[in-house]
Amino acid sequence: MQAPVDTPPLLAAPRGGPLWRRKLVNRVMTGLIVLAFVVALIPLFSLLFEVVKRGLPGLDWEFLTGTPRGVVGGGGAAHAIVGTVVITGVTAIISVPVGILAAIYLTEYGEGRLRRWLTFFVDVMTGIPSIVAGLFAFALFAIFLGPGIRLGLMGAVALSVLMIPIVIRSSEEVLKIVPNHLREASYALGTSKWRTIVKVVLPTAFAGLVTGVMIAVARIVGETAPLLVTTGIVDSINTNPFEGRMQNLAVYAYSEYRTPGVMKQASYDRAWAAALTLIAIVMILNVVARLVYRRYKTEIR
Amino acid sequence: MESSQATGAPPLTAAGPQRRWGDRVFAGLTVGSGVTILALLAGVALFLLIESLPAASASPAELPEGKTLVDYIAPLAFGTILAATIAVLIAVPLAVAVALFISHVAPRRIVLALGFLVDLLAAIPSIVYGLWGIFVLGPAAVPVLEWLEQKLGFIVFFKGPASATGRTMLVAGLVLAVMILPIVSAVCREVFTQTPRKLQEGALALGATRWEMIKMTVLPFGKSSIISGSMLGLGRALGETMAVTIILSVSGIVTFNLISQANPSTIAANIALDFPESSGLAVNTLIASGLVLFAITLVTNLAARAIISRQNIQ
Repeated sequence: MQAPVDTPPLLAAPRGGPLWRRKLVNRVMTGLIVLAFVVALIPLFSLLFEVVKRGLPGLDWEFLTGTPRGVVGGGGAAHAIVGTVVITGVTAIISVPVGILAAIYLTEYGEGRLRRWLTFFVDVMTGIPSIVAGLFAFALFAIFLGPGIRLGLMGAVALSVLMIPIVIRSSEEVLKIVPNHLREASYALGTSKWRTIVKVVLPTAFAGLVTGVMIAVARIVGETAPLLVTTGIVDSINTNPFEGRMQNLAVYAYSEYRTPGVMKQASYDRAWAAALTLIAIVMILNVVARLVYRRYKTEIR
Repeated sequence: MESSQATGAPPLTAAGPQRRWGDRVFAGLTVGSGVTILALLAGVALFLLIESLPAASASPAELPEGKTLVDYIAPLAFGTILAATIAVLIAVPLAVAVALFISHVAPRRIVLALGFLVDLLAAIPSIVYGLWGIFVLGPAAVPVLEWLEQKLGFIVFFKGPASATGRTMLVAGLVLAVMILPIVSAVCREVFTQTPRKLQEGALALGATRWEMIKMTVLPFGKSSIISGSMLGLGRALGETMAVTIILSVSGIVTFNLISQANPSTIAANIALDFPESSGLAVNTLIASGLVLFAITLVTNLAARAIISRQNIQ
C-alpha cells in the first residue's frame, strides 16, 4: 500500500479569493469522501447489531440440539447444522484439490493457449450467479436420476462451481510470491520438478493456501439459493450426502421465515438465530484465517 | 520459468527415469484439473441448455401462466435489470469514495483495518441481508418512501402509492447496492493505489490541493477500473437471489414505479420462489430463465474482464 500524499500547507488565503475557494472545495470534497465511507459502514453495523439483538433470544440449547421433526411450532436446527457441516465438507473435498492443482498448473506449468483460456475462464466463473450454479447441479443430476432428485451431493457440486474459482485465485496469489531462488536451489540439488513443488513450493506457501481455503469456505457456507434447488428442505438429521434431502443453516433460516408455523414470532426468532450462527461461523473463519496467515506465514525475503 | 524448467530435468542418473515418471503424473494431474474446470464451465452452459429445450419447444398453453417463453421471461428480465441498475447507480459513487478514502485520505495506520471492515460487507451471507432488508431497512424506509411520493410523485419512479411495508424495488436495490459495494470498491482501490507517485507529487508540487490532485491524477488513471468495477458489480447484482426474493413483494407487472407494493420480479428471485414447488415443464421454464440470466451475467462479466485486461496491458 502506498502512503497517502498529504496536501502541503498553503498560506492563509484571503476570504473569497480563488485560492480560498480551491481550499474550500478541497475541504468539502474530503468531507464528502469521509462521509461516504461512514455511510457505507452504517449497514454493516446496523446489520450486525440487529442480528445479535434478534438472534440471541432464539439461540438456546434446543436450537443447537433439537430438530423440528414431530414438534409443532418448535424444535431446533441440529439437522441444519449437521447438513451445513456435511455439505460444506463435501464441497471442500471436491474444490480444494481441484482448485490448488489448477493453481499449481497456472503458476508452475502453464503456458500457451490452455493457460490463457484457464485464467480467463476462472475469472468468468467467479461471476456465475449462485442460483445458476444450483440449476446446473440440478440439471446435471436430473438428466440421469430424474427430476425429483434432491441430494446433499448435488448441493456440494453446485457450491463447488462457486468455490473452485475462489480457491484458484487465492492459491495462485500465494504460489506466485514463492521466490524463484527457492525453486532453483532445489533444482540445483538435483530434485525433480514435482518434488520441488511438493517439498519446497507448497510448504512455503502453506499458510497462505490454508488462509485462502478458509476464506473460500466462509464465502460458500452461507449460500442459500443453490441449495434451495438442489438439497431441498427437510426436517430431520441426514448425514449421508448420497441419499435424501439435506438442510443447511441458510436454507433453514429462509424456510423459517418463509413458512412460519403457528407461532410466527418463534419461527422468526429461529430464523434470526440461524442468521446469527451463520454470521458467527463466517466471522470466526475470516478472523482465524487471518491469524493463521500472520502466525504461520513463511518469512519471504 | 524457462531456465528453471531446464534445470528441473537433471541429467539421467540411476533415479532418473523414475523421477520423470513422477513428474509426468504430477503434471498430468495439474493439467487435468485445469481441463476439468473448463469442462465444468462448458457443462454449466450445456446442461442448462439441454434442460431448457423442452420449455422452448412446448406450446404456450403447457407453460406456467399460459404465456410463451419469451413473454414469461421478458418481465423478469426487466425486473432483474431494473434492480441491478438501481444498485449500481447507488453503489458506484459510494464505492469510488470509499476506495479514495482508503487509498488517499485515511491515516495509514488504520488503512488495513478499514479495508477489513469493507471486506466484511462482502462476507455476510445474502440470506442475512434479506432478513435485515425486510425486518429492519424496509420498515425504516417507509417514511422516506412516503416523502418521495408526496414531494417527487410527478417523477415516474416515485409515482406511488408508497408501500406500507417497504417491500419495494427501491429498498431491494438499496440492499443490492450494499452487497456489491465491496467488490466495486476493491477493484477501484487496487488501481487507485497504483497511480504513479510522480504524477501525484507533480500535481502537489504545482500547488494543487489534495482534491485537485485526486481529480487530475488518480481519477483519470483509475477511470477504466471504475468502469470495470461497476460492471463486475452489475454482474453480481443481476444474479443476486435471496435478498431480492425475501424483500421484494412481486406481482409480475412491468413498471418503473420504484416505491409501490406491486413490483416486477427478477429472474433469480422468481426461480427461488417457484422452483421448490414446481414440476414438469414449469421446472424446464425456470431453467430456461436461468439460462437467460447466465447469458446476461456472462456478457456483463466478459465486458468487465475485457476492460480490465486492456488496462493491464497499458
